Amino acid sequence: MAEGVSVVAESLAGGGARVARSVLGQVVLPGEELLLPEQEDAEGPGGAGERPLSLNAGACSRVRVICGPGLRRCGDRLLVTKCGRLRHKEPGGGGGGGGGVYWVDSQQKRYVPVKGDHVIGIVTAKSGDIFKVDVGGSEPASLSYLSFEGATKRNRPNVQVGDLIYGQFVVANKDMEPEMVCIDSCGRANGMGVIGQDGLLFKVTLGLIRKLLAPDCEIIQEVGKLYPLEIVFGMNGRIWVKAKTIQQTLILANILEACEHMTSDQRKQIFSRLAES
Amino acid sequence: MKETPLSNCERRFLLRAIEEKKRLDGRQTYDYRNIRISFGTDYGCCIVELGKTRVLGQVSCELVAPKLNRATEGILFFNLELSQMAAPAFEPGRQSDLLVKLNRLLERCLRNSKCIDTESLCVVAGEKVWQIRVDLHLLNHDGNIIDAASVAAIVALCHFRRPDVSVQGDEVTLYTPEERDPVPLSIHHMPICVSFAFFQQGTYLLVDPNEREERVMDGLLVIAMNKHREICTIQSSGGIMLLKDQVLRCSKIAGVKVAEITELIQKALENDQKVRKEGGKFGFAESIANQRITAFKMEKASIDTSDVEEKAEEIIAEAEPPSEVVSKPVLWTPGTAQIGEGVENSWGDLEDSEKEDDDEGGSDEAIILDSIKMDTGIEVSDIGSQDAPIILSDSEEEEMIILEPDKNPKKIRTQTISVKQEKAPNKKPVKRRKKKRAAN
Repeated sequence: MAEGVSVVAESLAGGGARVARSVLGQVVLPGEELLLPEQEDAEGPGGAGERPLSLNAGACSRVRVICGPGLRRCGDRLLVTKCGRLRHKEPGGGGGGGGGVYWVDSQQKRYVPVKGDHVIGIVTAKSGDIFKVDVGGSEPASLSYLSFEGATKRNRPNVQVGDLIYGQFVVANKDMEPEMVCIDSCGRANGMGVIGQDGLLFKVTLGLIRKLLAPDCEIIQEVGKLYPLEIVFGMNGRIWVKAKTIQQTLILANILEACEHMTSDQRKQIFSRLAES
Repeated sequence: MKETPLSNCERRFLLRAIEEKKRLDGRQTYDYRNIRISFGTDYGCCIVELGKTRVLGQVSCELVAPKLNRATEGILFFNLELSQMAAPAFEPGRQSDLLVKLNRLLERCLRNSKCIDTESLCVVAGEKVWQIRVDLHLLNHDGNIIDAASVAAIVALCHFRRPDVSVQGDEVTLYTPEERDPVPLSIHHMPICVSFAFFQQGTYLLVDPNEREERVMDGLLVIAMNKHREICTIQSSGGIMLLKDQVLRCSKIAGVKVAEITELIQKALENDQKVRKEGGKFGFAESIANQRITAFKMEKASIDTSDVEEKAEEIIAEAEPPSEVVSKPVLWTPGTAQIGEGVENSWGDLEDSEKEDDDEGGSDEAIILDSIKMDTGIEVSDIGSQDAPIILSDSEEEEMIILEPDKNPKKIRTQTISVKQEKAPNKKPVKRRKKKRAAN
């Protein structure tokens, strides 16, 4: 096993910490410590061991590293908090001199609200001027009736209990009630708002949602060729889909659910079979 | 945690789909989800999966006094638990309405139908009977808990073996599984619950509703039946008015479904029996692959072992010879002594010689020692030495030597033969030994 060898090598060099670069795409476990490229230099053969990051930053060119989900900064150490595969994205400017975004791609079903995420929620209560919206998190999000496009004090949006809302988080902090809005910064709906009364809502894992929302996801393109459809993906693992008939909607829902654990070859087979029928 | 609410659009879609005779998972109206039965390593342990609904059943037994009014009948006890693991909406430690309803239904289905011969569970009338306890745990909730639970309960009961008991006069003997093979319970028939969900005030009917269908249904009819088409219990909930024809049709469907499920159960039990006899891997223990490693794996580090022996010999040759052991106790102050130099432990030698002493002391004493064994520290005098008395003491202490310099020589007693032989007339340590026999 190649991983085993690298583990042994790194544990000798960095006292248990692994170099983030070398484990990209590999499985990391909670509690593991990672070394970023600049720390790597400091703690290499010539380094003085435990040197804080700030001292080193002045010496070489400063790079900006963003820790995504599953990683946490703890002093000058970088710890893994979720089990999954380590991913990395180069910064937008290119260059490749380190930096960029690191995150852990993990498999889970429970959603934790994150600021800026687009989610599908279900209205559970109307109280005064706010709606309580269930998003699958630990507590319901609040949604003001003024945060819809064109809503004023006089002109209230028509939202009933049990309706589906597609919105965006503007406040999502730890231990605080998250807050949703259905408008963007310009006050436009931009696709958000109340979702129509028909169609089917179903739940999938968060990993599948991320896969489907990837810019060049072939599943969505294939599905789009099958039937004309309307579809909404919420980052909280909910998908709303609507096709012309109930039958088609059901087929689409089952395909999307099933394609999580299929290889691309299997998917192609399924889609070609469906296209024939 | 609160239950996820059902949105209006889901409700509408489900009802419309049911009107069109479509179900979310592609089943037909009368189709059951796949049932999977797996057994644990122990008798009376099983997991039943009905689609994604999963119930763990475990049967245990205990000898108890019977109920006063039923002196010759064993006791059956059922307990279904809805853990939070099954669904976040279930609260731990609280008897919800659903739980009470399910437990009651399960009891009616299995106890009141007299499927288990309770009289055969009697050991001594009025004094000892077997109490059979069936624990059911819901591990995952995806609707139709009662069907899965009833199958799990009856499968666990069929699979269970209780220890064999024999009564001779007043004496009741309980045999361990090694002595006598455990005996199965005598089961007359196997009642199985079949659920029917009704929609639109009874217009539409579905067998084995899943969680979302359960949420939009108007009423539920549960029929418990055995394969002889005898209805064991029937319960309608949700407050819908059913016609006689509907109930009759449901009972016919239930008969077919029960026959299928009973066959499946029997096949599963036979399979398990066969595998157990062959001594192969059985139960869900087989699903745990012991080859898989979920933690970090270290590669085997190779160590050069070619010239180890030479090196070891070299080290031994170079090392200084071990210092001589002084077996004679060196006395520093009253109550302290040093034997040797702390290099080698000489206590073992001491004990050995003590044993010899005991043997010499006569067979009578040895027998007494063996029979007492516990808690009695025995001081035995050396047979060869002066006529010192035999003292028995209750001391718990393992071993104690009190050394006093220059005392009355008459009281001298020696421990080891070597010391005895070296007895010096002017400086004689007096030793009292207390020894806990149990240590031997």
